Amino acid sequence: MNADRLTVRKTYKLYLGGAFPRSESGRTYEVTDAKGHFLANAAWASRKDARDAVVAARAAFGKWSGATAYNRGQVLYRVAEVMEGRAAQFAEEVAAGEGLSATRARAAVDAAIDRWVWYAGWTDKLAAVLGSSNPVAGPYFGFSMPEPTGVVAVLAPQRSSLLGLVSVLGPVLAGGNTAVVISSKQCPLPAVTLGEVLATSDVPGGVVNLLTGDAAEIGPWLAEHADVDGIDLAGTSGPLAMELERSAAGTVKRVLRAAAEEPDWTADPGLARMTPFLETKSVWHPMGV
Amino acid sequence: MTSLFEYAPALESRSIVDLRPSYGLFIDGEFTEGTGTPLKTLNPATEEVLAEVATGSDADVDRAVHAARRAFTRVWGPMRPADRGKYLFRIARLLQERAREFAVLESLDNGKPIRESRDVDVPLAAAHFFYHAGWADKLEHAGLGPAPRPLGVAGQVIPWNFPLMMLAWKIAPALATGNTVVLKPAETTPLTALLFAEVCQQADLPPGVVNIVTGAGETGRAVVAHPDVDKVAFTGSTEVGQSIARAVAGTGKRLTLELGGKAANIVFDDAPVDQAVEGIVRGIFFNQGHVCCAGSRLLVQESVHDEVVASLQRRIGTLRVGDPLDKNTDLGAINSAEQLARIRALSDVGEAEGAQRWQPEGDLPTRGYWFKPTVFTDVSPAHRIARDEVFGPVLSVLTFRTPDEAVAKANNTSYGLSAGVWSEKGSRILAITNKLRAGVVWANTFNEFDPTSPFGGYKQSGYGREGGRQGLAAYLRSATS
Repeated sequence: MNADRLTVRKTYKLYLGGAFPRSESGRTYEVTDAKGHFLANAAWASRKDARDAVVAARAAFGKWSGATAYNRGQVLYRVAEVMEGRAAQFAEEVAAGEGLSATRARAAVDAAIDRWVWYAGWTDKLAAVLGSSNPVAGPYFGFSMPEPTGVVAVLAPQRSSLLGLVSVLGPVLAGGNTAVVISSKQCPLPAVTLGEVLATSDVPGGVVNLLTGDAAEIGPWLAEHADVDGIDLAGTSGPLAMELERSAAGTVKRVLRAAAEEPDWTADPGLARMTPFLETKSVWHPMGV
Repeated sequence: MTSLFEYAPALESRSIVDLRPSYGLFIDGEFTEGTGTPLKTLNPATEEVLAEVATGSDADVDRAVHAARRAFTRVWGPMRPADRGKYLFRIARLLQERAREFAVLESLDNGKPIRESRDVDVPLAAAHFFYHAGWADKLEHAGLGPAPRPLGVAGQVIPWNFPLMMLAWKIAPALATGNTVVLKPAETTPLTALLFAEVCQQADLPPGVVNIVTGAGETGRAVVAHPDVDKVAFTGSTEVGQSIARAVAGTGKRLTLELGGKAANIVFDDAPVDQAVEGIVRGIFFNQGHVCCAGSRLLVQESVHDEVVASLQRRIGTLRVGDPLDKNTDLGAINSAEQLARIRALSDVGEAEGAQRWQPEGDLPTRGYWFKPTVFTDVSPAHRIARDEVFGPVLSVLTFRTPDEAVAKANNTSYGLSAGVWSEKGSRILAITNKLRAGVVWANTFNEFDPTSPFGGYKQSGYGREGGRQGLAAYLRSATS
């Protein structure tokens, strides 16, 4: 490496509808590392950006939810492949933002990639595990199957900027939902880089929309938005979490509440983050000749 | 229209029901006085007062929750799961033994035809207990995570359209999973829940496991808001469901909601018309249309619209509206004066907005609350009768030309509880079924229910399921869920 070479820095933007726009508001905010040194100016997403993201997520829902589970699994696996190639960059951003050693940052990145692979493998198993054949007391063929809820707003964890993010986004996508994500406010850079990974991994534009900014500012608009079907409050706590849950009641959104403290994201996640954003459809058809 | 077949009345005797002049609350295994102002419950077919029923105050609800907590901690929680199951089997059998009594009482208090309370409500209530009884000692095999545990005390609020059946849908899974219950029946239909309390006594169910607190909205609010309730389950209107979700926000209580609907019943041009017409009638006139999953929007392919509507009107002309206790009756009474006023108001709006109202000839009884089976044609998707839940015997007919248009119109609602599809073509049924955003899809049938088949809504029709393996999740927690 040439020590004299001046590096080409990246402009960190939003990932919205498959493109990388700045915030329509023109706002940015300063992102620093754990010691307070300048890292970048991140786009500071506005209410309008959030609404645009919902439009994009809704438009993408039909194709993503209608894809075969096998295809969805392959696309998500592809994301992990591309993440692997970007692991060093992710590790650098996680280390700087979360104040981790290089070794621990790399471990978090590895765990995030493995977590993504885990969810990629779920797409074509959910129906077998969560669905059923229903032995109804009559001459009917009855079965139930899981289906995605729709557009899910994800308020990503504040502390764990990549492993936490992947741990809340993966389950939403595996089930066939589309997502509007608000990243960690303090450590938004891994989220933007994940957007670049998604854009180059055959994930259709609009399936994931990543907004950097403040969940306390944009969250309320998403919680009451009539075209958002569910909300994951992972990145919130206290009065904000309660306010968002209350707003979400007005449109009967599915709400995945935040734990009292941000959990250890390395733990086995089980199905607990997938089932809240899956509906069950029961079908009846008569049997007869 | 003079009917080809004149029916002699075939009245079910009400002597099997031993109505008391007044009823208390069922708390901790005993009937006790309520401290609120008592309610009167009416027979909606005659407006006669059936009985006076206690109203649970905040203090009464508090007593009930304490009893439920004590029973959960000391008796029901620690009990061998197989024994919990045996109690539920006992309850199922007692409901079957006293089925006729329950059916007559349900028809008296609710106004639904005895044919339905006898053949649907009561047998399904017993079936729900029988089904869930078997789950009690098999929960670790239900695929709901390792070592599933009950939540604690469940506060349950149910509606007036299927009083006993909704009670069963709520209490059976709660008890099978080891929870205890405080249940508030609907204000206008408390009597079968109180008779169920007697069944709990006959079953020797430990005191406090099931508590029945009657009353109106305030009592329900007290149940939902009680700080020692771990889980809230509600069936009723979307509006009340939203206020409950607001009340529960920030408390950590688990919540399931089964709310309103505006189901599309889609009839393709290749459907056998006579069968489809039977399904349409069953979809909208079952239980006077007081059904959250009623097929209240008929979407009929344009090419067969006139044929289907003519056949439907002919069939409706043979429906018998009248005494709920007459075994010939197809449509009984509207449950309350308030509901009747709502149905009338929305029907008037339908006419005012330009839809054509059709009702069969014939007189309605002079006393009681009645509404004729009604069909609106020339309905556009923007009309309120195509959007708002009427919760009465009122069908709105819309048309479509292509399958895509049928799906778009069917899904053009904030609700998502149920839908129907009528076609002879299997591949079309499966394709349409996949695209409908609804929790239950009936293909070439309608309004079928079974404890093994999970029931519940998409979108603003609520969340959580009742019935099936999936329904158990609402009452359990495990290390990973």
